[in-house]
Amino acid sequence: MTDSILDARDLTRDFMVGGSLFKAPKRLRAVDGVSLSVQAGETLAVVGESGCGKSTLARMLMRLDRPTSGEMLFERQQIDQIEGHALTALRRDMQFIFQDPFSSLNPRMSVGGLVGEPIETHMPELSAKERRAKVGTLLAQVGLRPEHADRYPHEFSGGQRQRIGIARALASGPKLIIGDEPVSALDVSVQAQVINLLADLRDELGLTLIIIAHDLAVIRHMSDRVAVMYLGRIVEEGETRQIFENPRHPYTMALLSAIPIPEYGRSRNTIALTGEMPSPMAPPKGCNFNTRCPFAREACHIDAPDLRDAGSGRGHRAACHFTEEIAQQASVTTNVASNPRSDGARDRFALYADAIAGRTRIRPQTTPTKHQEERPVERAATPSHKETLT
Amino acid sequence: MTTLSTSGPLLDVRAISLRFGKSDTNLLQGVRYSVDAGETLCIVGESGCGKSVSSLAIMGLLPAGAVTIDEADVQFRGVPLDLHDTKAMRRFRGSDIAMIFQEPMSSLNPAFRIGNQIAEAVTAHNDVTEAEADARAIEMLRRVGIPAPEQRMREYPHQLSGGMRQRVMIAMALANDPALLIADEPTTALDVTIQAQILDLIRNLQRDSGMGTIMITHDLGVVAEIADKVAVMYAGIIVEAGPAERIFNDPQHPYTIGLMSSMPKMTGPSERLSTVPGTVPTIETMPKGCRFSTRCPFAQPICATPPSEQDFGQGHRVLCHFAPLNEKLERVQ
Repeated sequence: MTDSILDARDLTRDFMVGGSLFKAPKRLRAVDGVSLSVQAGETLAVVGESGCGKSTLARMLMRLDRPTSGEMLFERQQIDQIEGHALTALRRDMQFIFQDPFSSLNPRMSVGGLVGEPIETHMPELSAKERRAKVGTLLAQVGLRPEHADRYPHEFSGGQRQRIGIARALASGPKLIIGDEPVSALDVSVQAQVINLLADLRDELGLTLIIIAHDLAVIRHMSDRVAVMYLGRIVEEGETRQIFENPRHPYTMALLSAIPIPEYGRSRNTIALTGEMPSPMAPPKGCNFNTRCPFAREACHIDAPDLRDAGSGRGHRAACHFTEEIAQQASVTTNVASNPRSDGARDRFALYADAIAGRTRIRPQTTPTKHQEERPVERAATPSHKETLT
Repeated sequence: MTTLSTSGPLLDVRAISLRFGKSDTNLLQGVRYSVDAGETLCIVGESGCGKSVSSLAIMGLLPAGAVTIDEADVQFRGVPLDLHDTKAMRRFRGSDIAMIFQEPMSSLNPAFRIGNQIAEAVTAHNDVTEAEADARAIEMLRRVGIPAPEQRMREYPHQLSGGMRQRVMIAMALANDPALLIADEPTTALDVTIQAQILDLIRNLQRDSGMGTIMITHDLGVVAEIADKVAVMYAGIIVEAGPAERIFNDPQHPYTIGLMSSMPKMTGPSERLSTVPGTVPTIETMPKGCRFSTRCPFAQPICATPPSEQDFGQGHRVLCHFAPLNEKLERVQ
């Protein structure tokens, strides 16, 4: 707890839903007693399915919303109720990246204006010229060109817009960035670019990241620690490796086993979940997960389990009465398949990775190999091919 | 509601090329694939690659006038489909060929009970009474795993969850026992645990009915799970196609390799991802020759000319000048 940058204790957020002149509104508890501690420099991922409360949690952590109860500390300063100047000051250190790069940028502002706006707020001492220079630097930092500052959001693709959003988040020089599904609206190839960019920026600037996401592969790739949410509560948390290799909550196990793996002929060892997440307006008695849990028994319908040590140490905790037993019963999908790719395919992947990383230059082959004798290549000898593009 | 036994593929798309209006660049260029009865073809690609447009074209659902069809040689059960004949296409749609879409909420009419919407699909193509159509709707809801279908069919779309709505869409699509189901990103809007349920459902229904399925998706995980055959599309062109096993274990096209390298992995160490640099070209900036050349790390001067198709056997075909890459390219020391 010594160098935690953000602490949340027992955060709860209720919404009042419906109601009319004659009917009292109903209480919807979107987040129910969530505690988190984020260490400086780490990347924490919060994962869960739609409706689990992860976005409400994100909005509270960003202080776009206030918790109904519970407290939040940023660098040991209480922040859960601050407003006005104190909140503006907090925003300098804590910034956000949103999911949808199409709706989170004002279409009537130029990129320079969008990225310059937070600089204007947080560093009013800078002159317009200095600000423009800083915008240029920021754009370069996220892989755009300084001259893009004069263009408008509609002129950019989804991935480029997300880069603009990131530049905007970086503008005030924050210590912590919270991303709510920062890459889920992007296509795979562009998503990979943004994931790499976030990793580079984190290492370069020593940022702390909180990533809210539903894509487990992305989370496994990006995060150091993971918290799994279900129906407003954290059901399991731990280091990324522990969560993925040794999940202790049946929901985490089911979630992991439901992901389709992009490998041919890989058999899924599914822990099938029947039904869907219950409405948070009428959560089940006892354990939240008992309506879908294949291991549920009587005790699960009586008491709600608290997060407790899952037996593998290092802060790995799960909220399940029978975690030890279930972990033994359920063999999870970590059957590590041998790489089924052909040798040729492995060569091609290596060639691709080297070319992308700029580790090598590629040219059409000039020395014939045995394969080429079998399959004559008419174009490989053309002299113009020896020029390579990098 | 008949299943003709024919030799040859159920749907044989021999060539589709089309353009938007008077644009001189083709939106789809020589798209070719086939599906057999009981088989699942996955068309995979990123947004804007033309994967949805090609299936909308087969369904005759492209807005007339907006696109110019240059070439459309499509056979369904050995009979040519005339994509211009809107009347004939309407007979096909929903009976022989059915389609489900990504977002069930916008595909269902919010003002009608779901039972009525399914029954409508039945009465549109069959001479049945209302009671018979309702009975069929109940039967279909039961088949797609909706509990208490008699009550559920009286509900409106907004009363159902996303997963349930997609089940209703599937019930509606399959109400007339289509020979071919086209599913356009059917699980993209759903959570993974619900996605797993829907994929299982589609697979089971397909096994029972022997229908052919075209699944359009951007998710290679879904492809690995259900595909028999795969077609990888990029910028309106099928750059690589073949049996699923070959595509995953022996991919040839740089784009296929780039797409697979871009995906964060669920096993092994988390290394830096190899991306596909840049973005998909727009119709105005479409390069001449190989359409992938602007993003390909291996591009050479010859890539300014269109590559010819290379056949690697078992229907595995690739559009690249340098396939196989590991034999035709070398590292410069």
